[in-house]
Amino acid sequence: MDGYVTYMHKPMVAGVVALLMAFGVVSFGRSAEDGTEYGLGRPATEREIRAWNMDVSPTGEGLPPGQGTVKQGAQVYATKCAACHGPTGVEGPKDKLVGGRDTLTTPKPVRTIGSYWPYATTLYDYIHRAMPFNAPQSLTPDETYSVIAWLLFQNQVIAEDTVIDAQTLPKVQMPNRNGFIPDPRPDVR
Amino acid sequence: MNDGFENMNRRRFLTHSASVIASGAAIVALPAARAEEPKPVEDPMRLPGILPRPYGERSPFEKQQRLGGAGPGAPHGWGANAPNNFNSGTPIQDLHGIVTPSALHFERHHNGVPAINPAHHRLLIHGLVERPLIFTVKELQRLPSASRIAFLECSGNTWDGWRDAQDVTVQDLYGLMSTSEWTGVKLSTLLEAVGVRREAKWMLAEGSDAAGLDRSVPLTEEVLNEAMICYGQNGEALRPEQGYPLRLFLPGFEGNINVKWLRRLKLGSAPFMTRWETAKYTELLPDGKAYQFTLVMEAKSVITYPSGQQQIQPGFHEISGLAWSGRGRVTKVEVSVDGGRTWLGARLQEPVLPKCHTRFRLPWRWNGQEAILQSRCVDETGYSQPTRQDLVKVRGTNSVYHYNAIQSWTVERDGRVRNLYA
Repeated sequence: MDGYVTYMHKPMVAGVVALLMAFGVVSFGRSAEDGTEYGLGRPATEREIRAWNMDVSPTGEGLPPGQGTVKQGAQVYATKCAACHGPTGVEGPKDKLVGGRDTLTTPKPVRTIGSYWPYATTLYDYIHRAMPFNAPQSLTPDETYSVIAWLLFQNQVIAEDTVIDAQTLPKVQMPNRNGFIPDPRPDVR
Repeated sequence: MNDGFENMNRRRFLTHSASVIASGAAIVALPAARAEEPKPVEDPMRLPGILPRPYGERSPFEKQQRLGGAGPGAPHGWGANAPNNFNSGTPIQDLHGIVTPSALHFERHHNGVPAINPAHHRLLIHGLVERPLIFTVKELQRLPSASRIAFLECSGNTWDGWRDAQDVTVQDLYGLMSTSEWTGVKLSTLLEAVGVRREAKWMLAEGSDAAGLDRSVPLTEEVLNEAMICYGQNGEALRPEQGYPLRLFLPGFEGNINVKWLRRLKLGSAPFMTRWETAKYTELLPDGKAYQFTLVMEAKSVITYPSGQQQIQPGFHEISGLAWSGRGRVTKVEVSVDGGRTWLGARLQEPVLPKCHTRFRLPWRWNGQEAILQSRCVDETGYSQPTRQDLVKVRGTNSVYHYNAIQSWTVERDGRVRNLYA
């Protein structure tokens, strides 16, 4: 808050602070009547939200219909991914996707999907929106589920006959699921 | 006396002119040189100067530029030399004061800079809200605005500090940070407009670049008070590299979460666990666990003059550098010229702003003997910038991000300045 005092009228800052304090963080909803005060912005329709709402949560919220298998994934990977990540996902030159288990405590840790990623759902969120690098958002849901299945199988996280879809993906237990701790800093004294 | 002074000036002028002519010729020889580029003249008092121009440019004598680099350990360069070049560092050794010229602001993007027409750009706010709303850029610019001068630092800035010291410049080690005046609408204004539901504790911010970069932001009191949706940078529109036409700005937080080309905010009850906050911007510790959601940039300082690869002469020098903290104001900076045995208080140049670069200065006369220059800062929470030894004792050397230890530059007997350990 301090940072603004120099650049805004102090009474205005005090007003904003008082407003925030009065309603508190979690009770913003109660000030709903004030929301349209400026009359700016227009209501978003369900259809618009559906078109933009592309993220996937650890609960599986946001996963589309469709499914994929390890076998189909091998084909998708070979065609669309191997050029950057290597034939089996360990060679690179870009991010190593496979292997690295039991390396996190060594001087040269290898952070891969299998060794480091805590949530399998992140694979859908990321691959769908950002991969392949030269054609993001070009994979179909089936292709995306398939390449995820292949990557999880290569990392020995799922069995070869597992079908990956909106129900099975959030249930996949990642090896490093408990590898993260919330920011404890300041930690150096 | 007068004559001597004049003569000295004349000699300087002549020397200067010689280099002027040389560089003038170089400019003309460049095929890309624009016809209206001002040509240096031998005596500017004997020729009319150029007329006003619609958009200003720096003097052709000024050549500072960003340093392109692809990642930890990757080669530096531009274009074909660095085909996957997604960051560039600010030449902090060449800058004055605290504000970074927008054209030299550091860059980090994850699949190029998108070309966005602001007339077509929209911001959607939805999720756990009473009224999902869509804003145009113009609508956002009509809402009550706020401006703030604050630093922005990539959490990977000084990542080489975790490794053995390399003989590099301060731009190379510390260039992934800049300071600007940021202007926009406060996040709280927009959240009031949509009516945030009680159970909303996190907010996904998503960019409209080819990476679709997405990060989860905790709705803490600090975020609700200080976060901004920015459209302005140093008085003009954001640069494309900085998120034109809209970016999220979270003062004091690691660069990556200040999502550029912002198109969507989604309120949720839990973090969304995107790739960027799990696989990437987390810090691996010696025991194999990793810190997550380490958002604040802790206090840090660095001497920018004299600094790595510079060459100095015995005599007077003003030691100068930058100090900053994501937790608030810098309250003290001390400088050592003997490797940390003794410390002297440096002068802090006004303004000293919270979560902003602060310029510090200390006069120094170099006697030609080997010297080790260090700076350390304290912020308003009482946090002291750690030594490298103390930092590594807790975090090991595999963290990649959030390196903030005391920097040492050795001035060797021949005046060469070298990175002793980052």
